[in-house]
Amino acid sequence: MNRRTAILLAGFLLLAVVPPLAALLGQPFYVDLLRRVMIFAIAALSLNLILGYGGMVSFGHAAYLGVGAYAVGVLAHYGVHNGYLQWALAIAASALVALVIGAVSIRTSGIYFIMITLAFTQMLYYLGISIEEFGGDDGMRLAVKSQFPGLIDLNDGNAFYYLVLAILVLVALLGHRLVNSRFGMVIRAAKSNEARTRAIGFSPYPYRLAAFVIAGAVCGLAGALLVNHTAYLTPEFMNWTRSGELMFMVILGGMATTAGPVLGALALLLVEDVLSGWTQHWQIILGPLLVLSVLFFRRGLAGLLFGKDE
Amino acid sequence: MNKPLLEVRGLTRSFGALLASDSIDLEVREGETHAVIGPNGAGKTTLIAQLAGNLRPDRGRVRFAGEDVTALSAPARSRRGFARSFQITSVYSEFTALENVMLAVQAHAGHSFRFWRPAREETALRSPARAILDEVGLGARSDVLAANLAHGEQRALEIATALATRPRLMLLDEPVAGMGAEETQRMIAFLSTLKGRKTIILVEHDMDAVFSLADRISVLVYGRIIATGTPQEIRANAEVRRAYLGEEVQA
Repeated sequence: MNRRTAILLAGFLLLAVVPPLAALLGQPFYVDLLRRVMIFAIAALSLNLILGYGGMVSFGHAAYLGVGAYAVGVLAHYGVHNGYLQWALAIAASALVALVIGAVSIRTSGIYFIMITLAFTQMLYYLGISIEEFGGDDGMRLAVKSQFPGLIDLNDGNAFYYLVLAILVLVALLGHRLVNSRFGMVIRAAKSNEARTRAIGFSPYPYRLAAFVIAGAVCGLAGALLVNHTAYLTPEFMNWTRSGELMFMVILGGMATTAGPVLGALALLLVEDVLSGWTQHWQIILGPLLVLSVLFFRRGLAGLLFGKDE
Repeated sequence: MNKPLLEVRGLTRSFGALLASDSIDLEVREGETHAVIGPNGAGKTTLIAQLAGNLRPDRGRVRFAGEDVTALSAPARSRRGFARSFQITSVYSEFTALENVMLAVQAHAGHSFRFWRPAREETALRSPARAILDEVGLGARSDVLAANLAHGEQRALEIATALATRPRLMLLDEPVAGMGAEETQRMIAFLSTLKGRKTIILVEHDMDAVFSLADRISVLVYGRIIATGTPQEIRANAEVRRAYLGEEVQA
């Protein structure tokens, strides 16, 4: 086991002892906060696959958070509370939306790619606002959380916490395997040097599209978790500022690392939490902090923690 | 041995008013090393780009092993046996030398929709890549990041990457560009070991390299091929001397 894996394992262990520790300290609020952090960490990990490893600057990744959340919310709205069904739909619908958005946007690159992914997400955002049946821009409450009879009760805060932790570990592990597999090498190669990649015989498009769909599907699952966590959903889940936050988590934490997006989500949401306790205008402080961190930690928080990258 | 592997007919490409390729006809025989020389701006790299599939010609055909490949993309041509090295060094700088070559091996080892096994540990990719690095003299440098290799080593890595695709036709765009005298000699010596085994189109300014490696030479001036022949014939060709070679070959 190398240093990197050891630190990662220690981090997950720390997350595992949060619920008993919070209970001991009489601060159950922290379970809630860290569950939220982990859900965003899953979303950020999925974005890291295409942004960090694939070089695809998707400025619309919140779309899949929204699609995943709406998949759960809409089924619940019509009385379908089966969690397996809800979450399967969340993943499938996000994958499908990612397939459509990816099929168009991956044909472009650079600023065009950024704008197209943003435009698609804004379309979904306004779609969410316009559907009165699902609450328009007010959104709707998730009165009954996803039901997994016999397996887990999401109303139990700690059980839900450990489920999210398990999914986070799984996503991190699968992601780690994926980026080092043949598939992962192709999307990293295409990011590093596209002309060279084509010259040796790879057509990057199908690989990039597959990565885009995988990232969308995983983020859709995060959306399903998020709506259960907040117990309501609004089109704001898909707002472009949310996409920006996800990008910031990845960049702040360290692109193209497994720990980076988790650290980024943790740092951003904790700082947000602390600052918003001090002042209503916390974004005035957060903004410069982010700029400084990008300037001084070029390789992100993961770079600080792990030293030189693999 | 002598049937043309590559047949180019009437290849024409212009950029605005500039005619970069003007009805180029070219035949390259299986196993030959065919040099393309010409002054700066003659359209040599444009020609290579059209042969490799990076650039579409306005008119004309490219046939490879009897098949019309004019409309095929660069990856599709690579799968048919084209390999290109770039005039401006083009490697994966954040990957090691070994990983650079392994990727080229991987590109020709079935599809890459494989998500679980770490590619770096696959012997089926490692061993051939290692053998090729040894062959080009980079064996001891295989774990060095490509970005940290010396210029000459990066050029050799490009050749190794091209070889790893097991090409039938290598398009080498100035393989000794920017190299010192000693590195150049080493590269020429290596390329001469490929002679006869590989079919090579060699674009080069270095006349030592051209005259010691080429079986035949085509001279490109203002997008037109003004002469094709053996090195002796090209040396003796008055038009070539006037247009390009100047005093350089009189010595």
